Amino acid sequence: MNHNVVVVGASLAGMHAAHTLRKEGFDGRLTVVDADPHRPYDRPPLSKQVLAGEWDADRIVLPPAEEELDIEWRLGERAVGLDLDSRTVSLEEGDALAFDQLVIATGAAARRLPDQPGLAGMHMLRSLDDCLALRADLDRTPERVVVIGAGFIGSEVAATCRDRGLDVTIIEVMPVPLEGALGRRMGMVCADLHRDHGVDVRLGAVVGGFGGREHVERVFLTDGNKIKTDVVVIGVGVSPTTHWLEGSGLTLDDGVVCDETLLAAPGVVAAGDIARWPSRRFGTDLRVEHWENAIQQGEAAARRLLAGDGPAEVYDPVPWFWSDQYDRKIQLAGLSGAAYDVEVVHGSTDERRFVALYGLHGRVTGVLGFNRPRHVMQLRQLVHDSVGWEDGLAFARDIS
Amino acid sequence: MRVVVDFDLCESNAVCMGIAPEVFEVRDDDFLYILQEEPPEELRPKIEEAVQRCPKQAISIEG
Repeated sequence: MNHNVVVVGASLAGMHAAHTLRKEGFDGRLTVVDADPHRPYDRPPLSKQVLAGEWDADRIVLPPAEEELDIEWRLGERAVGLDLDSRTVSLEEGDALAFDQLVIATGAAARRLPDQPGLAGMHMLRSLDDCLALRADLDRTPERVVVIGAGFIGSEVAATCRDRGLDVTIIEVMPVPLEGALGRRMGMVCADLHRDHGVDVRLGAVVGGFGGREHVERVFLTDGNKIKTDVVVIGVGVSPTTHWLEGSGLTLDDGVVCDETLLAAPGVVAAGDIARWPSRRFGTDLRVEHWENAIQQGEAAARRLLAGDGPAEVYDPVPWFWSDQYDRKIQLAGLSGAAYDVEVVHGSTDERRFVALYGLHGRVTGVLGFNRPRHVMQLRQLVHDSVGWEDGLAFARDIS
Repeated sequence: MRVVVDFDLCESNAVCMGIAPEVFEVRDDDFLYILQEEPPEELRPKIEEAVQRCPKQAISIEG
């Protein structure tokens, strides 16, 4: 009987899983399902080059989607259920896809605000269609764009809008943006970067509602302030797309819970934004929403399936991502957060060009760079090797 | 084997440098420099990994 693998999710993780399966010799049936009807595409440019109008959508097709991988495509079809007993994935239109092995890579979806109204001019940004709809509104040169949420997506949208010459207000509910991710000090550097570029940044500001009949006209804050606007972008984070797996028997806990080889059940793996796995290196469960992790984890998940009952590799990378805002490249490798020590080792935050180390329990856990790509890559090794905090600081200050 | 970088695409993320520092170097000016345009064959696996991992798909191998 022909072996049958189904990949649910045709974004970065799913497509790299498909690529690796074929590259490493899988010659059975390979089906790739995704609710998004477009050819699989790369998402980072959606908040940058495509939104800016510099790139067309055909420029962001994922390389594995252009290869001859002998895939049965089910694009534009949404998986709505998983039955592990009959080993089938059910689709919204009624079909059921049988599988021997399954890759779960449905990623995450943008969170909505509670009671978010369906007014024209209000946008989320996750998919290509989201991006093109927002871009069309930006092309009409709105008087002001309000970005709700000062996370990385909101920040990149704000930067792209400023680069397009638009006035921008950022509304962030927390007193410090990205405090959970970067800590208080570095979170404030991110807020200052926006202010350097003329963005009206409102911290600790709570949205109370929106004005406008059909098209959004105002954003009301609970402190009584109101902001006149034509375009609102909501960037308040994402939630893993696990609803189709409820009741399947898989363990769901803010993601699909996997073992350290990415196995979620016999013959079932998860990869990308949706996968939660125990990291040996960091001694904690991780779920990572980064571009590079999606590739590496997709590849690792495919190898896990290929290994079958044989010895399987442990997935334990140092996560890394970048965010381009204005003329700054922000990069973070490893773990960081409000509870971590942070120390600038090169440059200065005032110049917005620096590299800083994060540490916890006497070990280097992370490295953050603003326009310091070389140092970030050199110092990533400290995180990889779990170097002691003082030794790490000394080494980092010593490199040129 | 010849390493080619499309500098119109390169964003100096320095991922390649992390994988193959013998070949790729991002310097203080934040630009990528190729240290060996025709690196020895034993570096091919590393360079292929750099090609795969480049966030901008700016690297290619000829030959």
